[in-house]
Amino acid sequence: MTIQPVHFVGPDDEDVEVDRQSLDRADFDAPTRVLVWRRFKRHKLGVACGLFLVALYAMLPFMEVIAPYAPNTLDEDNIFAPPQGLYLFHDGKYVGLHTYPTATVYDADTGLVKPVANTTDALAVPVLTTCGETYWLLGLIESRFHLICPPEGGALYLLGSDRLGRDVLSRILHGARLSLTIGLIGVTVSFAIGLTLGGIAGYFGGWIDATVQRAIEVFRSLPELPIWLALSAAVPVNWNSLAVFMMISVILGLLDWPGLARAVRSKFLALREEDYVRAAELMGASPGRVIRDHMMPNFMSHLIASASLSIPAMILGETALSFLGFGIRPPSVSWGLMLNDALNAGLGALEIYPWVLYPMVPVILVVLAFSFVGDALRDALDPYS
Amino acid sequence: MTVYLIRRFATMLLTLAVISALVFIIINLPPGNYLSNQIAEMRYSGEASGIAKAEEMVKQYSLDKPIWQQYFIWLGVMPGPDGFTGLLQGDFGWSFELGRPVAEVVGETAWLTVLVNLSSLLFVYVVALPLGTIAAVRANTWIDYAASLIGYIGLATPNFLLALIMLFYGARYFGIPIGGLMGHEYEGAEMSWGKMQSILIHLIVPTIVIGTSAAAAVMRRLRANLMDELNKPYVETARAKGVPPVTRIIRYPLRMALNPFVADIGNLAPQLVSGSVMISVVMSLPTIGPILLQALKSQDIFMAGFILLFVSILTLVGMLISDILLTLLDPRIRLSSARREA
Repeated sequence: MTIQPVHFVGPDDEDVEVDRQSLDRADFDAPTRVLVWRRFKRHKLGVACGLFLVALYAMLPFMEVIAPYAPNTLDEDNIFAPPQGLYLFHDGKYVGLHTYPTATVYDADTGLVKPVANTTDALAVPVLTTCGETYWLLGLIESRFHLICPPEGGALYLLGSDRLGRDVLSRILHGARLSLTIGLIGVTVSFAIGLTLGGIAGYFGGWIDATVQRAIEVFRSLPELPIWLALSAAVPVNWNSLAVFMMISVILGLLDWPGLARAVRSKFLALREEDYVRAAELMGASPGRVIRDHMMPNFMSHLIASASLSIPAMILGETALSFLGFGIRPPSVSWGLMLNDALNAGLGALEIYPWVLYPMVPVILVVLAFSFVGDALRDALDPYS
Repeated sequence: MTVYLIRRFATMLLTLAVISALVFIIINLPPGNYLSNQIAEMRYSGEASGIAKAEEMVKQYSLDKPIWQQYFIWLGVMPGPDGFTGLLQGDFGWSFELGRPVAEVVGETAWLTVLVNLSSLLFVYVVALPLGTIAAVRANTWIDYAASLIGYIGLATPNFLLALIMLFYGARYFGIPIGGLMGHEYEGAEMSWGKMQSILIHLIVPTIVIGTSAAAAVMRRLRANLMDELNKPYVETARAKGVPPVTRIIRYPLRMALNPFVADIGNLAPQLVSGSVMISVVMSLPTIGPILLQALKSQDIFMAGFILLFVSILTLVGMLISDILLTLLDPRIRLSSARREA
């Protein structure tokens, strides 16, 4: 009697080989976006940052509801008010959401007037009610509803107030609108130019290619900020704030396209030699169709990754322009403009009222988030590596 | 090699010509200029003598001619009326706002601008080379993570914020002087040992601030390139042969990874120049940054035009240097260009 080796075997009709292959096949046959998504999910930081950005952009239309104040509400009694806290317990008892009014106290040691929270009387902070001026939500619904309102007879400056007594938190929230959309519009502009020029150069070659390449070289060697400054200085003074905003985002996009055009061009040069492109051409497809249906899908993903990496550059560009007083103009609000305002208060003031510099926190966070998402995307878009 | 250099130089001049046209268009985009605004203002207040003087200026600098003629006169290829000879003949024009020749205003600050940019470029390389190498060799250790963290912060923080932060802490904790590029007592003084020292100390903060984000980018790229090289079989062979670790890394992989590193000078130049303009405004450095801002605000067109051209030349020269270095460093580029010419 021979001893049978112990095997874990399935039913007799099962073919192990087929089973293993089918497992692999599922991976091979999976559409690219599934593979990409699977790889993208492996970058935990990238996913987290992506969610953060999605949440941020989803909030944009509803900033009036979220912010306790309107962006330009002045309060001359509370100039440079320090940040207030939100508390639930007063004297060890639960009294609901409340805050403490700020009182100014003379500090004998430094000889300065110091704001101190007056913790004796708690001011209840109303939540989910109506207050303040009316606004138009999405331009459709007239409302006075806010997530959180300043207390009755008091103020609520969670991140302090600026030199005109405007709430820093509310301004950051409202400013997010322009600061975050400017990158998107700028990237769209740069995409349109880069795709068109790079595509034409790569597809047709010859003197067109040479011309476009020279143009790329010229634009690449321009120092961005001085040219941005010069162009924004040319935006007429009497334009309304929306037109200025559009113009600034176009200006930001105008200098960004060379890198993109270059990438598109080299991709085109490589893809043009592929057999399927030649096949499509032989079958009589027009250049437009070949580009759109056969070549584009092959490098679109790379372009998206590179776009997500150039959005932060534009956000920083807007911040820099507005900071220097050449970008967004009041009464619009943007993070760069707030920083410009902060600097106008004087460097000495910044030391005493550091909270006017808070707008730099969202700038850094958003730029970091875009960088991480872009890195993760770039890595994920190469599913076969 | 010589032929390559000549060709490279010729393309640079061509690029410069195109840029000069672009710059001239850009500064003439806003309607009017400093003089026409001045004239309108004086007409409003009824200063007849001022108007006559300003209109004479307009004639002298041929601002009443069609725009393309203005461009050629400004460039210096077409003779201007009344002795305005143009850029190519060394006449950079007149600053209407300051009432001084552009060359005089810019001349004082130009070399400081170059100095600030050069020192930031040096800073980028001095910081990025060792940090990037260490990050690649010790990949996925705390050193790597720390270097990446610094890199990401450098990438995400707008450099003017860095400047503001440095303004506080540099002065408070390290006693580093902030703002300006030299002590007050040296302003306008002759060059001396003391002035030199003062300038060097004042350079520290602007250099760090301007260079950080570029250093971060270069460092990340060097790390990626070096990691690719370190995985190659020849490194393994060297290790098997018992080549000591430091030599093993520096001898070949680092040299390979250095190529894109040098090529980066070209990409960095525009970025650094942009950064220096920004930082000069924030920290009130006596470079051309603040002058440019003021000139743009008041539409002082010759001033703004010349400065824009000057910063463009700075970046072009940076790119030229990087290309020349590349050919010197990499025999493959040198030989392939030689072969093409043969």
